Amino acid sequence: MAGIGHFLAMGGYAIFVWPAFAIAALVMAGLAVQSVAGYRRRRRELARLDHEDAP
Amino acid sequence: MFRMANPARFMRVSAAVLPWCAGATALLLAGALILALFVAPPDYQQGEAVRIMYVHVPAAYMASLVYVVVAVASAVALIWRHPLADIAAQEAAPLGAGFTLICLVSGSLWGEPMWGTWWVWDARLTSVLVLFFLYLGYIALIHAFDDPTRGAKAGAVLALVGVVNLPIIKFSVDWWSTLHQPESIFRLGGPTIATSMLWPLGVMALGFTLFFVTLLLVRMRSRLLAAKIRALRLAA
Amino acid sequence: MTRKRRRLVFVLAGMVLLAGAAAIVLSALSDNLVFFYSPTDLVTKHVPDGRRLRIGGLVADHSLHKAADEKTVTFDVTDERNQVAVTYTGALPDLFREGQGVVVEGVREPNGTVMASTVLAKHDERYMPPEVVDALKRAGRWQENAATAAKSP
Repeated sequence: MAGIGHFLAMGGYAIFVWPAFAIAALVMAGLAVQSVAGYRRRRRELARLDHEDAP
Repeated sequence: MFRMANPARFMRVSAAVLPWCAGATALLLAGALILALFVAPPDYQQGEAVRIMYVHVPAAYMASLVYVVVAVASAVALIWRHPLADIAAQEAAPLGAGFTLICLVSGSLWGEPMWGTWWVWDARLTSVLVLFFLYLGYIALIHAFDDPTRGAKAGAVLALVGVVNLPIIKFSVDWWSTLHQPESIFRLGGPTIATSMLWPLGVMALGFTLFFVTLLLVRMRSRLLAAKIRALRLAA
Repeated sequence: MTRKRRRLVFVLAGMVLLAGAAAIVLSALSDNLVFFYSPTDLVTKHVPDGRRLRIGGLVADHSLHKAADEKTVTFDVTDERNQVAVTYTGALPDLFREGQGVVVEGVREPNGTVMASTVLAKHDERYMPPEVVDALKRAGRWQENAATAAKSP
């Protein structure tokens, strides 16, 4: 079809389509970041505790 | 002993599986995004607005699927007292709540141009909103007790009580008059959605599912590490 | 029986009882849970005039007329057995057209016409690209609405 402008406009429904994809990306990225960050934090804590025991 | 061996085995297996899950998730989601935005055709009546389907429908399926996981894990926790079951249920719930939120918001964004309204209190939309509140209530409940074991048990009971909402969600469009249209895919008589739209939808749904599995494994591993940290601190 | 077996029985029994209770409550409330009446419902059930209600069905073919002021429309909502006349002033949804599903909300006048305050389009469960629809139309296999839009509660 007619290029990037047409694609971004989504046939006139842009203000509905792009926010829908955005909310999915935001929520899923947010959950991923929160899950992985929490895991890494605990792994660091555990490594710290292990090092305290075994000098 | 049996109870202690299981978490250790879970950590070993999940460590091996996780990179593959994460990799497959990334590939599927990226592929599905390209399919949904560039390859899938517009709809004969909805035009380009139909692309919201590639977010809304997989999110809707996951909202219910994850609840089934929470409910089954809760039942296993209550009946068989398996140590990982409570953890699985509790870590799945926020993921389910997230999918339900995506479903509700994207649905609203789809409804306004196509139906002419952001929201209606018909049986389908209302029961999915109830599902969202069930997730939130469950998360609140498990944290509401000083004793985490009691919180876990209360949550498990709530999860099982809420199961009755699932067939209501699924069959709402058949049992009562609703604005939301009937099922297009899993129905007697086969799908009423064109193949060129159905398989991008399938890829996205698979991507969402693997996304859920990946994050659930990460979150469960995180919980088991937290338990180890607590044990070490108590022993110190 | 073992404690595990007893817990299993309790959980299963609890869920069965809960499902039963839900089924009873829902079937009793069924009339209140419908989102709209069909035109046939209006005929068979006694709905008093002057009450705000919702009617759903298809926009009857050849029934859509624009009033002289260009902003008011009249059309009929049909479920292929009965129809209801509707008058509406305001913007119509993109998908609104004759043969399409519709849900109107408004007040029923003594003469039976509904003065609608809201008109919503209801689309069916079919999704396909325009080329497929054209091909079906050329083959004479295209039906305007997959299974009537209005459902009798």
